[in-house]
Amino acid sequence: MPFVSVPPVMPPTSDSLIVARGLTKRFGDFTAVDGIDVEVHRGEAFGFLGPNGAGKSSTMRMIGCVSSPSDGSMHVFGLDAATHGAQIRARIGVVPQLDTLDTELSVKENLWLYGRFFDLPRAECRRRATELLEFAQLTDRADSIVDNLSGGMKRRLSIARSLINEPELLLLDEPTTGLDPQARHVLWDRLYRLKQQGVTLVLTTHYMDEAEQLCDRLVVMDQGHIVAEGSPRDLIARYSTREVLELRFAADGNEAAAAQLAGIGDRLELLPDRVLIYADDGETALTETHHRGLSPESALVRRSSLEDVFLQLTGRSLAD
Amino acid sequence: MSHLATPGPLRVVSWHAALYRRLWRVNVLSSLVQPLVYMLGLGVGVGTLVDRNTASGDLLGGGSYVAFVAPGLLVTTTMVLASGESMWPVMAGLRWSRGYHGMAATPLSATDIVLGHAVWTTVRSLIATGAVACVLALFTDTRSWGLIPAVVAAAFVGLAFAMPLMAYSIDAEMDGGFPAIQRFVITPLFLFGGAFYPVTLLPAAVEWVAKAAPLWHGVVVARAFTTPGGAPIDWLAVAGHLGYTLLFSVAGTLVAVRRLRRRLYP
Repeated sequence: MPFVSVPPVMPPTSDSLIVARGLTKRFGDFTAVDGIDVEVHRGEAFGFLGPNGAGKSSTMRMIGCVSSPSDGSMHVFGLDAATHGAQIRARIGVVPQLDTLDTELSVKENLWLYGRFFDLPRAECRRRATELLEFAQLTDRADSIVDNLSGGMKRRLSIARSLINEPELLLLDEPTTGLDPQARHVLWDRLYRLKQQGVTLVLTTHYMDEAEQLCDRLVVMDQGHIVAEGSPRDLIARYSTREVLELRFAADGNEAAAAQLAGIGDRLELLPDRVLIYADDGETALTETHHRGLSPESALVRRSSLEDVFLQLTGRSLAD
Repeated sequence: MSHLATPGPLRVVSWHAALYRRLWRVNVLSSLVQPLVYMLGLGVGVGTLVDRNTASGDLLGGGSYVAFVAPGLLVTTTMVLASGESMWPVMAGLRWSRGYHGMAATPLSATDIVLGHAVWTTVRSLIATGAVACVLALFTDTRSWGLIPAVVAAAFVGLAFAMPLMAYSIDAEMDGGFPAIQRFVITPLFLFGGAFYPVTLLPAAVEWVAKAAPLWHGVVVARAFTTPGGAPIDWLAVAGHLGYTLLFSVAGTLVAVRRLRRRLYP
């Protein structure tokens, strides 16, 4: 399927925190990020969505000024990332994909020390650590050794630590990967609060629900390109139908059934384990399915999600 | 430009210090016990044997064997300590607990991390050899003000091992090479590097290898200061020996910075 043309990017405005133009990252012969244009505005929550290897993390590392572009330009806070890396890093917070916590130190020592890296006075480190422990709901674990914390607690500590320099911009690379559902919801709640406080959030994820929950605007990336851009609602309206009918047939029956289902709804997608019918009214599509004499083992009508957008744009499901 | 009051390397040192605070008691204790064991073992056993051999007096610079070995103990202590500190902990910073990556996301640079390691290694060397010097001051044969400059000479040697090994560890894929370095570089130098007998006693080829490594140069300087009733200090020679160890430190630092920058900021 050809890539959908990307709508023209708005000219830089004074409230643009991040402006990337023709941003490219190559590792040898491999092009991880292939000439993307991105603009993130102050106060918004912006997402990079895509499967593993789409170029999300490489883009994030360039925004965080720990990786320099092979081509194109990147400005953060109006500063050129190529020449002002340290000044930019002083004003952002980074929650990396893999924790970089000092696991043999206590929770509060981790916060103090990180504050020292930004040259905050010791008293200020202590004051902010107390606040951040409260924010991260870790006050009663302040003296625990990090090694003994749960995965969700470590992630919350990573976020708390990334806020020690009171950043204007917070970068989160797959913040909830590997967490259980409850821990994810706690984390989303904390991130939502940050956004309300005016912190600009930029995150990568391959979870659709995370992007829908958190992002005002997002880009869908695939193989180093941006294939779509917009709010979750816009993207669904543009690239999918209102509802989706999911049908499962007996083993190996999906393909045969798909042939008989042709013409129902706007579009049909055949997946290894099920058939998706995109239609504005899923119930009507289901009735039509029964009219045609098909009896699926299970049928589910649901609302369209970003997962469907991704499937439509790339022909692949995100989990691949 | 934002004004940053504390130099980057010192901010990195405060991180090392925080990690060290968890285990300093064990560390200092072993720094004290180990030389004490060596002093008793070598001094009482080997020393008695050597000192009875009247011919060895000239080789040892006129003092007792214990007085001869003492500066060797100081300098080998920093070699062993600083090389160990520059292998596994460096790999941890990059690959295991990934503390260096955490620093890389702050205004700190690769240079700050490497220089911070250099400063911290020097502090550790001074703490450890300071402890050894305290033990040595307990014995009449080894008690002298010369222990203080000897501790400084030992710190030079620590750095000369630390920085090239840091450069090596940054690019090491696995920690499998570290025990080999200990077995085939550090331990042979410990035994053949001039700490326990003059290297002139070695076959010429081995002697030259021993003299090429930084350890011997530090031992010679430390010994010049601690030998009782020794010859007046040849300051030019001291500068030459310590300058030679600095070559290793500087070259190691430059390579380490370049490699770490490539790792942290690809």
